[in-house]
Amino acid sequence: MVETGKSSLERLTLAEARAAVVAGRVSAAALAEEHYERIAAVDPEIHSYLALTRERAMAQAERVDAAVKAGGPLGALAGVPVGIKDVLTVKGVATTAGSKILEGYKPPYDATAVARLEAAGAVVLGKLNCDEFAMGSSNENSAYGPVKNPRALDRVPGGSSGGSAAAVAAGMCVASLGTDTGGSIRQPAAFCGVVGVLPTYGRVSRYGLIAFASSLDRVGPFARSVEDAAVMLEVLAGPDVMDATCSQEAVAGYAAEAKKDVAGLRIGVPEEYFGEGLNAEIREAIERALDGLRAAGCSIHKVSLPHTRYAVPTYYVIATAEASSNLSRFDGVRFGLRSEDAGTLAAMFRNTRDEGFGAEVKRRILLGTYVLSAGYYDAYYRKAQQVRALLTRDFVQAFEKVDAIVAPVTPTAAFKLGEKTDDPLQMYLEDIYSVAASLAGICGMSVPCGETAAGLPIGVQVLGKHFDEATMLRVGAAIEGSGNRK
Amino acid sequence: MSEGNGAVTLEEVRHVADLANLELTAEELPRMAKDLNAILGHIAQLNELDTSTVEPMAQVGEALGMAPAEAGETLRVDGVRASVDRGAVMAEAPESDGRFFKVPKVIER
Repeated sequence: MVETGKSSLERLTLAEARAAVVAGRVSAAALAEEHYERIAAVDPEIHSYLALTRERAMAQAERVDAAVKAGGPLGALAGVPVGIKDVLTVKGVATTAGSKILEGYKPPYDATAVARLEAAGAVVLGKLNCDEFAMGSSNENSAYGPVKNPRALDRVPGGSSGGSAAAVAAGMCVASLGTDTGGSIRQPAAFCGVVGVLPTYGRVSRYGLIAFASSLDRVGPFARSVEDAAVMLEVLAGPDVMDATCSQEAVAGYAAEAKKDVAGLRIGVPEEYFGEGLNAEIREAIERALDGLRAAGCSIHKVSLPHTRYAVPTYYVIATAEASSNLSRFDGVRFGLRSEDAGTLAAMFRNTRDEGFGAEVKRRILLGTYVLSAGYYDAYYRKAQQVRALLTRDFVQAFEKVDAIVAPVTPTAAFKLGEKTDDPLQMYLEDIYSVAASLAGICGMSVPCGETAAGLPIGVQVLGKHFDEATMLRVGAAIEGSGNRK
Repeated sequence: MSEGNGAVTLEEVRHVADLANLELTAEELPRMAKDLNAILGHIAQLNELDTSTVEPMAQVGEALGMAPAEAGETLRVDGVRASVDRGAVMAEAPESDGRFFKVPKVIER
């Protein structure tokens, strides 16, 4: 962080921020202002924000400050400055999904996840950069330029929620919202050295999320500690009348659960996640984390997830098929860009999509259309759905024997900007340890666990059963607290 | 993908682009064909698995054995409620008369 200058904001936890606001030691307005100053100082280099929502933030901060003065009820996020990934709608604020095709679009409603944060007192500072339509593993697919990793400016922050991870890592918000379809929360969290949580499919409402792959998309938090992420999740989780895919399952007190002792928990280690491609330093960091869990009273068990190697090909059939359908709505009729070159209706559709979509989005739409097209559906899409069932069964069977699974998030630490942009398949293989959990719908998280010799953050992945975020967070907190950080 | 594994031709890419309402330039076309072939080659690994007895999984709920709520208890009440303002929605359209979305003429008279 030498290049961007040190700031105490980089280490401020959500719990500390809220406590300071609630006790009147700092006003929510001053805290927001301090963050805007930090953004002005370092974001020209990092490029995590696509839009700032200063007016809205200050109005919200004043409401919180008035409630503090009046001794009124204060939410779990009172005065906490947050950022929102630009695939979630914020009423009246430019929401681009990192794409030119939505340039200038101002949605007429708030995403439920955003509304819940604000109802709990959070102060939304702005919209965060991401890969176009959340498609990418490096944030280099944003139509508005890449984000740099605050821990090493020549490296990617990961993707697709690169801005959400970088902003938390660099002290430009205390917590943020990201989305994860195949690893887009966990991988950037690992690359930037912050905590990122992928809730169980259906745990958090997706109303107001610009859809990429509907059977996979999830909304989740980034924060600087497991406890902070648990507080965020507790605010976000639960049923929503505006999203029929959101579960009725009861929401646990995640913040309290995360503090519980892990003694007696059974931890699974899947051998398939520790193969040849795994960087030695990451392997060692995970072994240290496992030693810590053992010392804390957990038992460690080998488990097998035999279909793991089929997760990436399965994912890239299902995700692209769904994307080709979801992205058909961008045609220049209802919102965003319309090509100037639009003589006929058909030409308008084509030219708008040609000018508005970037290369990776086009590639995925083509692949998705191909695997769904006449004569190929059974061979690709149906086949992938069958393998998805096998991948899910692997996890269900493993969780009969263990309470949580510990694995790497990524095969390597953050790679260099431009290193993988010429080879889409190489980029897809980045997702090798993250996509299986996405396909199975289970919960997962990335917890910082030391650094490489070169000073790059290492993340450890904790996977939990469907709707058992509580146990996952306990294990995550134990890893975080077990002295593995350098 | 099972038999022969013939590479995707330029003509097929053009056809798929057509289905997807995408206009590809002369430079984009061969690049996309090359990328699609590399990715489809990777996807062909799925053929190693015998899935003849496996039910396809479309939704996570299926894996959990979650039955749809028969009595509709997970559905919201079918009542009149406030919706997003029409004017605000139409204002975002590239071209609108405030009531309808306007597009280039489809039928010539």
